[in-house]
Amino acid sequence: MPELTILLAGVVLFLLMPYSLGFVTRVIIFAILVLSLDLVLGYAGIATLGQAALYGTGAYAAGLFAVHLSGNPLAGLVVGAFAGAGMAALSGSLLMRLSGLKLLVMTIAVAQICQEVANKMRGVTGGSDGLSNILVDPLPGGFQFDFVGQTGYWYAFAVMMAIVLLMRVLTKSPLGLSARGIHQSEARMNAIGAPVYRRRLVIYTIGGAIAGIAGALSAQITGLVSIDALGFIISAEAVLMLVLGGQGRIYGAIIGAAAFLSIQHYASGIDPFNWLFFVGAMVLLVVMVLPSGLIGLLTLAKGKFQP
Amino acid sequence: MWFVSSILIDGFVYGMVLFIIAVGLSVTMGLMRVVNLAHGGFALIGGATAHWLAFRHGVDYWAAAALSILLTMMIAAAAEISLYRRIYAMEELQQVLATIGIAFIITATVNFLFGSTILAIPLPQSLQDPVDLGFRILPAHRLLVILVGLGVLGLLHLLVDRTRFGVSLRAAVDNRQAAAGIGIDTGRIFAITFVTGSGLAALGGILGAEMMPIEASYPLRYIVLVLIVTIVGGMGSVNGTFLAALGLGIIDTAARYMLSEYGTIIFYAAMMVIVLLRREGAGERAAA
Repeated sequence: MPELTILLAGVVLFLLMPYSLGFVTRVIIFAILVLSLDLVLGYAGIATLGQAALYGTGAYAAGLFAVHLSGNPLAGLVVGAFAGAGMAALSGSLLMRLSGLKLLVMTIAVAQICQEVANKMRGVTGGSDGLSNILVDPLPGGFQFDFVGQTGYWYAFAVMMAIVLLMRVLTKSPLGLSARGIHQSEARMNAIGAPVYRRRLVIYTIGGAIAGIAGALSAQITGLVSIDALGFIISAEAVLMLVLGGQGRIYGAIIGAAAFLSIQHYASGIDPFNWLFFVGAMVLLVVMVLPSGLIGLLTLAKGKFQP
Repeated sequence: MWFVSSILIDGFVYGMVLFIIAVGLSVTMGLMRVVNLAHGGFALIGGATAHWLAFRHGVDYWAAAALSILLTMMIAAAAEISLYRRIYAMEELQQVLATIGIAFIITATVNFLFGSTILAIPLPQSLQDPVDLGFRILPAHRLLVILVGLGVLGLLHLLVDRTRFGVSLRAAVDNRQAAAGIGIDTGRIFAITFVTGSGLAALGGILGAEMMPIEASYPLRYIVLVLIVTIVGGMGSVNGTFLAALGLGIIDTAARYMLSEYGTIIFYAAMMVIVLLRREGAGERAAA
């Protein structure tokens, strides 16, 4: 059971890295974002470099909800999910009509518009200073968000597990299968009468909800939302993590997020100014040498050892 | 009236810079179907080298510009042979990632060599002096940008319309396989186009440094703008890129002067409307 492996890894990491829980929690949040991208890009083949639009919208929505309305964390997650889904449905109704390079560029443009709007609406979002002082109530059962980040860790972990299970069901459902079909051949799906545009829009909206949840988690756990949450770098890094891990596979998304952020964490620890160089070189290497990602390497090894 | 004309002139100059930088990307995208997100990186290499020569070593502006463009083209040629030839064959997403990786490497290298501050390229006095055009007084530098932009447009037209190379290029843009089939060496055309486009990016980076300051984060900061110009103009089209660059340059300038609060938003919204209305680019298939 791969889910059990993840659960075990969660416990082991909690015991092994008690002082780096903040970092591991960041990995989990990014893993959720990459899962949303995996659904959109890995399964449905919707080439996007604008996932930050959905992630950042969720983050701002959950942050504003906590600041102005209620500190209830679970309600905040729901708000984040709806905000992400709403942004995806709205922008997707235009974007899903496009394909190829145009789609790619337009997804970037949507994220840029969102970032610019957040930047200009200083009174609401805090502009380039970001939204801070997000205080969240204890979780049901009285678990306070503590300084070490134990509560935050298990909270994010539980949300990730829920999304992994959801993705499992979703990718095996008729909707998930037709998404795969559209990825493999849009023309044939059209020919057998599948409503390609509508399916793509639905998948994009679900992806938006998951990305919105990732953003909401980040807002609740770190207590702030920076304008960078809507930035191009987040979108690009999410795609890099997905490709590093292996797209079209649930665990690839998690492995990719963990591997990328670990390399970034240690490379920036060694050399805070030039880690971008390592990231760039790593990306080139993965794309040139390992086109199916780290998880492809695992399957390859498995095939060799288990005849 | 003065206000309108200053929007038009500033937008025109800005559009010229966009055109010089974007045209190389547009032609390589039309030709090879590669989204080269590292294109702005070559503008940065040109600009940073010009800064190093002119600012730190006091080399004459014109010589520094020429040497920088030459160096950029040499680096582009090396990158074409070692990396891009393998990137052409990849899937779209892999291409995007590989070229983002290259952009990261260029940014990190410039950051390592020069730091993350703005790298100024000092203009010689002759370019700072105002020039009286009769109806308007312009700094000589702006006039130079306009003249170079028009010159690039003219030369590209001569190259594409009148030379043997241009015939092969147009054939390869229209149908790469058929062009290869009748004996056109498409690999050579790719290489020449790529290196020329990168050299033009360097030229645009140096000339436009007043409007788009040279700094390590340049490649990712401006790539969206440059991509928008190529998409609106239609990939592979010189004229389309020229019109799109001027139009978007003027829209952007007007939006920023008149509604500075919402300028960028209006700019992106206008661009989305244009792309959605015009599903096929104006000059999507023809190179000229």
